[in-house]
Amino acid sequence: MTETTLSHPGNREPVAFTQEELGWLPWLEPFPAEQLTERHWAGLVDASRAKSPYFLLLARDPDVLQARTKTDKDIFYNTRDGLPRAERELAATATSRSNGCIFCASVHSRFATQFSKRGADIQRLLDEGVDVDIDPRWNAVIAASVALTETPVAFGDAQIEALRTAGLDDLEIVDVINGAAFFNWANRLMLSLGEPAARSVSAG
Amino acid sequence: MSTHIPDVIDHLAGIQPGSSLDTLRDQRPQARENAQKSYLALFEPDFPGTVTALERHAVATFVAGLHRQPQVIDFYAAALRTLGSPEIALTIDAEIARGAVEGPYGRYPEGPLTAEDTTGPDYQVSADHRDQLGARLVAALQHAHLLVFHPRDANPAALQRLLDAGWSTTDIVTLSQLVAFLSFQIRVVAGLRALAGASARASAGADHMQIFTGVLASGAV
Repeated sequence: MTETTLSHPGNREPVAFTQEELGWLPWLEPFPAEQLTERHWAGLVDASRAKSPYFLLLARDPDVLQARTKTDKDIFYNTRDGLPRAERELAATATSRSNGCIFCASVHSRFATQFSKRGADIQRLLDEGVDVDIDPRWNAVIAASVALTETPVAFGDAQIEALRTAGLDDLEIVDVINGAAFFNWANRLMLSLGEPAARSVSAG
Repeated sequence: MSTHIPDVIDHLAGIQPGSSLDTLRDQRPQARENAQKSYLALFEPDFPGTVTALERHAVATFVAGLHRQPQVIDFYAAALRTLGSPEIALTIDAEIARGAVEGPYGRYPEGPLTAEDTTGPDYQVSADHRDQLGARLVAALQHAHLLVFHPRDANPAALQRLLDAGWSTTDIVTLSQLVAFLSFQIRVVAGLRALAGASARASAGADHMQIFTGVLASGAV
């Protein structure tokens, strides 16, 4: 096994937040796809993820990857009550915008646009940043996500009051907390283990 | 270490069985169960590989300390001391004090976002503690600080420093997951604690209101 970092001198990293599809290039050697065992496949959860260098890299610790992926799916895809999908993706986008993860923000801004049909508002969040003034409900979700993203965490009564005033009940607030918290996990992996790439360069 | 705690997030957030937050967390049962499984995979792994329990708990104590979340610090620091390393726990304490700043900060690739660049310290473990902690742990703490406060400054050179200090590629994945998972766990705990606090104050306010209106209705004032 090569114990060295990978570099991509030909890659031109995106320099702005975008809703375009981006690729991602790893800085460490992913787990070799042809050596995947049953435990690795369980870690990948969806077999299609074996095509992704990001998930193949994380598959080096398959038990953590499996638990991470199942946590992610329930927070974002379990639509039994709670916050609408669009606003969970808004929390993910605002968190990624705040941490500065151009790749994560590209994926989740697309989802937010898809579910909300408000691509122009999402684009303003990407272009203007997390202080953008959209409407009271979205502003409250963005502000809560940003406060949760600060270190130390700055989320408290003021953000909860704003969410309640905007009409969120406690389950919806828990969804905001989980969504923003989860992207503080995801952003750190994406930002520190590789780099975004224009889609044409990465080829998957 | 803590297998007797069925749900670490509940434990750290002070959530009691049957409470309203317990019921709310149950609405996302897979997330709840797998947050716990993530904890177990990182801190009581079936396949620990070459990342030691001491390394895992030392880094966790440092990350919790940088977040200044008292319950979480106590939890991981207690585990670290139980592993037989009260001296390491004291050293980590001192390094937390040296490393504590505010995030997120960092630079963007040169372009329109450069206007948003914010700078902060590039933390280095104190020279006095390097021998005691050893090269691996020194490199891990420095990397953890980068991930906690300024992850957008990450680059291949940061990973190379871990490789040079003896972390394998697979070890680095585990270390990165550990710091990133804690960034999640600590925010869920802080968020749920804040929500419980806000709800308790709101209902105390409502009770107070009821007593007050009751007094008015009784004609006692």
